[in-house]
Amino acid sequence: MTAQSRLLARADFNALIHALEAQGYRVLGPRERAGAIVFDEITRAEDLPVGRVSAQQPGSYRLEDSGNGRFFDYVHGPESLKRFLFAPEERLWTVSAEGTVSFKETLPEARPVAVIGARACDIAGMQVQDRTFLAGNEKIPPLLKGGHGGIYTDPYYATRRENLFIVAVNCTRSAATCFCASMDTGPRARAGYDLALTELEDDFLVEANSTAGEALLAALPLRNADAGAESAAAEAIEAAAVSQTRRMDTTGIQALLFDNLEHPRWDDVAERCLSCGNCTMVCPTCFCHSETDVTSLDGATSEHRRQWDSCFALDHSYLHGAQIRPQIRQRYRQWLTHKLASWIEQFGTSGCVGCGRCITWCPTGIDLIEEVNAIRATPGAQRAADI
Amino acid sequence: MNAVAHILNPYLPQRAEVVERVEEGRDIFTLRLRLCDETARAAYRFQPGQFNMLYLIGAGEVAISIVSDPDNPELIDHTIRAVGRVTQGLQQLKAGDALGLRGPFGRGWPLEAARGRGLLLITGGLGCAPTTSMIHYALQRRAQYGPLTVCHGVKHPDDLIYTDRIQTWCGAPDTQVLLTADKGTPEWRGRVGLVTQTLDDVEPELFKGVAMMCGPEPMMRAVAESLLQRGMALNDIYLSLERNMHCAVGHCGHCMFGGKFICKDGPVFSYAEVRTLLAVKGF
Repeated sequence: MTAQSRLLARADFNALIHALEAQGYRVLGPRERAGAIVFDEITRAEDLPVGRVSAQQPGSYRLEDSGNGRFFDYVHGPESLKRFLFAPEERLWTVSAEGTVSFKETLPEARPVAVIGARACDIAGMQVQDRTFLAGNEKIPPLLKGGHGGIYTDPYYATRRENLFIVAVNCTRSAATCFCASMDTGPRARAGYDLALTELEDDFLVEANSTAGEALLAALPLRNADAGAESAAAEAIEAAAVSQTRRMDTTGIQALLFDNLEHPRWDDVAERCLSCGNCTMVCPTCFCHSETDVTSLDGATSEHRRQWDSCFALDHSYLHGAQIRPQIRQRYRQWLTHKLASWIEQFGTSGCVGCGRCITWCPTGIDLIEEVNAIRATPGAQRAADI
Repeated sequence: MNAVAHILNPYLPQRAEVVERVEEGRDIFTLRLRLCDETARAAYRFQPGQFNMLYLIGAGEVAISIVSDPDNPELIDHTIRAVGRVTQGLQQLKAGDALGLRGPFGRGWPLEAARGRGLLLITGGLGCAPTTSMIHYALQRRAQYGPLTVCHGVKHPDDLIYTDRIQTWCGAPDTQVLLTADKGTPEWRGRVGLVTQTLDDVEPELFKGVAMMCGPEPMMRAVAESLLQRGMALNDIYLSLERNMHCAVGHCGHCMFGGKFICKDGPVFSYAEVRTLLAVKGF
C-alpha cells in the first residue's frame, strides 16, 4: 500500500490508459455494447460509459443517463474477470496421428492484459477461482491442500493470471441486486488488485497494491490527496454499502441447505427456473467446463478443447446412458447447495461473492437470497414424494 | 510466464500403446497398455482403486479403473465395457495401436488400514474392475491380509466375466467366493438372488474386518446398510463411486458429489463420508 494516496484528475484519465499501453498491456475497460456494459479494448476515456448508470432488478438490466459525467457509475454488467482467466472456450492440446502419435499442449499466449474497472466482487470472484485452479493457495484448508487428490494447477488459467494487471474501481454506487456488503467482499476492493480507483467529484483517488501498481503510478500525473479527498472516498464507498437493500444471511448455511434437501421450495423454484444456465455463465466463480474433440476432416489431427459448461445442462450429470439429475429441482439444488454450502467444504470459502448477477440476468428473476430465506423460514418441511 | 511453463500440465495425455487386448465377455475387454516414453514409464506408479484417463485419438477421454498389480507399473491393465462412443472405439484397438493416457488419479483402496484384517469384497454388475484390483493385490500378498471373501453378483449368468480368474481365487488359501445371479439358468451353479443375500453366508468373523465394494449405488447402499446391521464399523466400509468425469483433477465440476470431487477426493470413500448423500436421489 502507498503511504500517501494520490489524486488523478478525471481530465487526465487518458494518461492511465497510455501508461498501461506504454508498458505493453492490452488495455480493456468497460464499454457499452448492445445495451449492456462489457469489457473490451479501450484507447481513450471517451470509450468508457460516461454518464451511464445501470438500473438492475431481478430479470432486468437497463442502461440510463445519469445526468453527470462520471465514468464508473454503471456499477457492473454481465461480465466479471472470469473470461480473462478461465476462457469461455479454448484449445488445451492437439494430437497428431501422422507417423508417430504425438500430443502437444497449446498454452495461451502470455500477453500482458490490463483490465480497468474490475469491481470488488469481481476480484473476490477471481480469488475464489484461484482456489480451484491454482495449487499452493495458502488459504485452502490444510485438509484439502494436503488431501488425497491434492490441488492441481491449471496452466492455462495460471498463464493468464500471471499476465493480468487489475485496475480496481471501488463502487460508490450499488445496483439494486448487489449484496456484496453482506458477503463481506465489497464494495471496496481489499486485495488482489494492482491499482484501485475511487471516483470523486472531479478526480480519482488512486491507491497502489503491488509492485507493478507502484511502478505505474510513477508514470501518471498525480497530486497528493488531502484528508478531505480520502474521507470523501471512504464516505462514498460506505454509502454504496449502506444503500444495498439485499442481504444474504449465511448463518449456518451449510447445515441449513444440507438438512433441507427434500424441502418443497426446491419444487417451487423448479417451476420458475428455465434451467437455461444464465446464472452460471454470469457467475464470477462457476468453473464447470466440458471437454470435446474437434477432429480434422482427414482424421490426421485433433484438437482437444474445453468450454464453459453448466450444472443446469441436462448432460452435465450424464452417466451410463442416463442423467443423475434429470429434474430441474435437482439441478437448481445442485447449483445452490454447491454455491453457498459445499463450496465451503471444498475451498474454505463461499462460492458466492454477492455480485447479484445471477439475480439480474435470470430471465425469470429468481433471487437466490429469497430461495435461501424461504427454506430458512420453514426448515424441515418435506416435499411429497414423487409418484 | 516462465513459472507457468514448468508446471506439469495435468490435462496433457502421454502416448501409450496397446500391448495386448483380452476379450473378457460380451462387450467387455481388457487393454494392457504401456507408456511409450521411457522416462514417463519409469516414473509411473499407481495404487489399486485409482484410475487413468484413456484418450482415443479424435474421439475423447474416458475414466477407466486400473486392474493390474502396482508392483508392475510398466504394464497397466484396464477392463472396459463398450457402452459409449469412446469405449466402443477403444474396443477396436489392436496390439501396437497408440492412444493417450494420463494418470493415475484419485484415492484408491485403503491398503494400509486393511492390512492384517479380514477382507470382504463385494461387487455388483460390472463394478468388478475396481474391486478386482484389490482382490489381486491381496492374493499376491496373501500373508499380509486375513481371510478373504468375495461376494460377486451379476444380473444374468452371461454377465459373469473373469471366470478363469474366479476359479483361481476359489483355490487361494483362506479365500471364499460367493457368486450370485439375479436370475439363474439351468447351467448356473452359483446362487440365485441379490448380492445382499450372499451376506448371510459370509463368516461372521469377516464383519470385524474391512469391506470394499463397487457397483450400482442402490446396491452399494443396501450392502453397506446390511453390513452396519451386522456390526461392521462405519469407517471400515469403503465404496468406489462413479460420476461423469472430464478433467480428473477437480476443475471441471462434473463429478461433484456434495462437497467431494469423486475424481480427486475419491473414487474410493469410506461409507462415513458419503452415507447421508447416498440416501438422497439426484445428487
